Amino acid sequence: MSIGQSLPGTGALASALGGFRRAYGLVGSVILTLLGLLVITFVIARVVPIDPVLAVVGDRATPELYERTRLELGLDRPLYVQFYLYLRQVLSGDLGNSVLTSRPVIEDVARFFPATLELATAATLLGVVVGVPMGVLAAVRRGSWLDHLVRVVGLAGYSIPVFWLGLVGLLLFYAELGWVEGPGRLSVGYEDIVDPVTGVILLDAALAGEWDVFRDAFAHLILPASVLGYFSLAYISRMTRSFMLDQLSQEYVTTARVKGVSEARIIWRHAFRNITVPLVTVIALSYAHLLEGSVLTETVFAWPGLGAYITSSLLNVDMNAVLGGTLVVGLAFVGVNLLSDLLYRVLDPRAR
Amino acid sequence: MKSWSAAFVGGLMAATALASSGALGATPRDTVVMAKQIDDIISLDPGESFEFSGSEAVGNIYDKLLTFDLANVSDIRGQLAETWSVSDDGTTYSFKIRKGIKFHSGNPVTAKDAAWSFQRAVIMDKQPAFILSQFGFTKDNVKERIQAVDDDTLVIRTDKAYAPTFFFYCLTASVASVVDSKLAMQHEKNGDLANEWLRTNSAASGAYKLRRWEPKESYTLEANEAYWDGAPRNRRVVVRNVGEAASQRLLLEKGDVDFARNLEKDQIVGISGNKDLKTTQGVKGSLFYISLNQKNEQLRKPEVIEAIKYLIDYKGIEENLLKGRYQVHQAFLPKGFMGASEAAPYKLDIARAKDLLAKAGLGNGFQVTMDVRNISPYTDVAQAIQGSFAQAGIRLELIPGDGKQTLTKYRARNHDIYIGEWGPDYQDPHTNAQTFAMNPDNSDEGKTKTLAWRNAWDIPEMTKATEAAVVERDAGKRAQIYKDLQAQHQKVSPFAIMFQQIEVAAHRANVDGLVIGPSFDNNYYKNIVKK
Repeated sequence: MSIGQSLPGTGALASALGGFRRAYGLVGSVILTLLGLLVITFVIARVVPIDPVLAVVGDRATPELYERTRLELGLDRPLYVQFYLYLRQVLSGDLGNSVLTSRPVIEDVARFFPATLELATAATLLGVVVGVPMGVLAAVRRGSWLDHLVRVVGLAGYSIPVFWLGLVGLLLFYAELGWVEGPGRLSVGYEDIVDPVTGVILLDAALAGEWDVFRDAFAHLILPASVLGYFSLAYISRMTRSFMLDQLSQEYVTTARVKGVSEARIIWRHAFRNITVPLVTVIALSYAHLLEGSVLTETVFAWPGLGAYITSSLLNVDMNAVLGGTLVVGLAFVGVNLLSDLLYRVLDPRAR
Repeated sequence: MKSWSAAFVGGLMAATALASSGALGATPRDTVVMAKQIDDIISLDPGESFEFSGSEAVGNIYDKLLTFDLANVSDIRGQLAETWSVSDDGTTYSFKIRKGIKFHSGNPVTAKDAAWSFQRAVIMDKQPAFILSQFGFTKDNVKERIQAVDDDTLVIRTDKAYAPTFFFYCLTASVASVVDSKLAMQHEKNGDLANEWLRTNSAASGAYKLRRWEPKESYTLEANEAYWDGAPRNRRVVVRNVGEAASQRLLLEKGDVDFARNLEKDQIVGISGNKDLKTTQGVKGSLFYISLNQKNEQLRKPEVIEAIKYLIDYKGIEENLLKGRYQVHQAFLPKGFMGASEAAPYKLDIARAKDLLAKAGLGNGFQVTMDVRNISPYTDVAQAIQGSFAQAGIRLELIPGDGKQTLTKYRARNHDIYIGEWGPDYQDPHTNAQTFAMNPDNSDEGKTKTLAWRNAWDIPEMTKATEAAVVERDAGKRAQIYKDLQAQHQKVSPFAIMFQQIEVAAHRANVDGLVIGPSFDNNYYKNIVKK
């Protein structure tokens, strides 16, 4: 046995140890990320020039009620003690109650997050299904009218305010053409037919076999998802085009062409395959961003999502709601990142 | 590639077709659907609810002992109380409850329920509790001072003799709603007097039952067909939270809602030519004002205070920025209140303002800031004022901020000029007199943060006069005291009261009957009917 050659079984042990270290590191980084998020959000919410007691008791409260509430909120204690107490509460599984809804934050999140999840998933699907082929085609036909069109669409996606696009979309497709339903998640006539199981109405309606409700929910979802999806599409198509251009200029593509490999095979089997890993990162980032919730889209489309919930909570210094919502968004980010890591390993053997 | 493209286009067409087939069209005939900004609702417990939207819902669900004629608010009427009387010394009130009225649960409405409801509000001590506790009720004495003698008779003893009208108007507020004590107490948890349960459920006798409330999403009321004062003319009212006014307009025009409750001025003008739509309006109690912090050396000069009142283009702002939503009003009591003054002595007069500033030694103007909520119409009105101030040399810097942020600064007395609104808490003139014309302790430690205190306006004499008005038992004399107070206030106060709110509801032409009362808990759905 030469030096450097491992003993039988040592490789498996090393691999197991490596896996353990990776898992350990991963859990540690997730905990640190979430803790950091909580600390930053807590400090921001405490330094904004808004009286948190005012947010709870309102402008007309008696001095006695004001003082009692201040003490109940623990605002007489140092900031680090307040944070420690909150953290202890979170670790025991209690995110506290929201001032603005009078309900446990966990219940609020369970109600608002599925709406955001439904919208973000539909928007991302749209962005991927349309954006990726658009980006590939633009790269393949570089300099053609199609390429210019994709670039203009991408630029517009970055420049047009989502608020404006949402209202114009409503005016055209809902008010004028009547192709889709208007703001809200369901029409009044379809409410209370399906019991919420997952909170994602499309899924709940399908599970219950209520296809009329499914169609109505879809008709409400398609426009806000398209508006959000457009921004996702702009980003994804632009990045796909850039990745593809890079691949198409590689020598292996020239070699393949010289060897007479068909253009479709070069594009989809060789070049596209090589961009899947960075593309997964782009899609994951875009999806994670949408999972934060889009306040403006949610406002225009009366969509009860997490973005509007966290924003209004922050403006009202509803600390439990802000921190609870932030924690969920943080977890969603981490989850999407983990998913994309897993996908890397599936798509690229070198990453295993 | 071609087959892929065809599949892709086919998929998109299928999705569009699926989306189109979901369209429902008009709202159900027996159901009234409203688009409204209701994300302010925190609770639908009448002992706790104090937000505009929550008050409206509570007002349609619960009955009170007393109410007033919406066309003539001086006419106080019995609702659950059939008769009432005041003792000679003015400290004991007796109410006889109407017989035969039942809660939604089937339980009879009794004086015991009324006593329990008032005691509960005082003991819980939530935001609106002060409306009752200002009569001397505390957690310790309320059970002794508010008592049901029998099932029909409620007796209430106040700590001193107040103007009876003051007491009666306070009993018309939401916090004085009568709750079904038997039903509510079945849901009490940890001594919370059923507060948690009543936030999202109702135990009432009013025209509607609360069927469902999803915070920031919608609430649904179901008609009480057995309502003692006549069943509602609709079966169900669904109020959905639509935050964006433009979206409300589109929903209304399309017929997916029957009412759009928060259209802005331009949108109201925009729908005026549509024969399928109409508007219903009512004057509200909210006053739009600016106030000058008397800690500022320049703003405390009487000539400057007067000059600023002449530097606002009241008519121009009403016509161009607020048409249909606000009307000019310059006194601290809103139109419709007992003793309200409709005098409007100020109009834009640059020359006069310049003279007054010169007399104050500020002929070259001065620099000052104004804290402004960063939403319409506050920003629009602030900019208009900035323009007219500039004509007299006052350089006004606008500091935009979120509502809670500007309010925090205002309550800390750190502003120069504040622009904002004030809505009355109940229908009695004392609610506004107390805040605009009372300041018992002008020190920074002062606990009663009235609007006068927030502007560091030290007014011992006016405070006494306001306190005297609240115990004047002769209604006529009391009204006159308020008229005199308003005249004096208009002249010397650091408040330029500018406008009174008008609430406008846009609706489908075939839907009618929404009542818009002077306060938010007087917006009634009961008579809404679809033709």
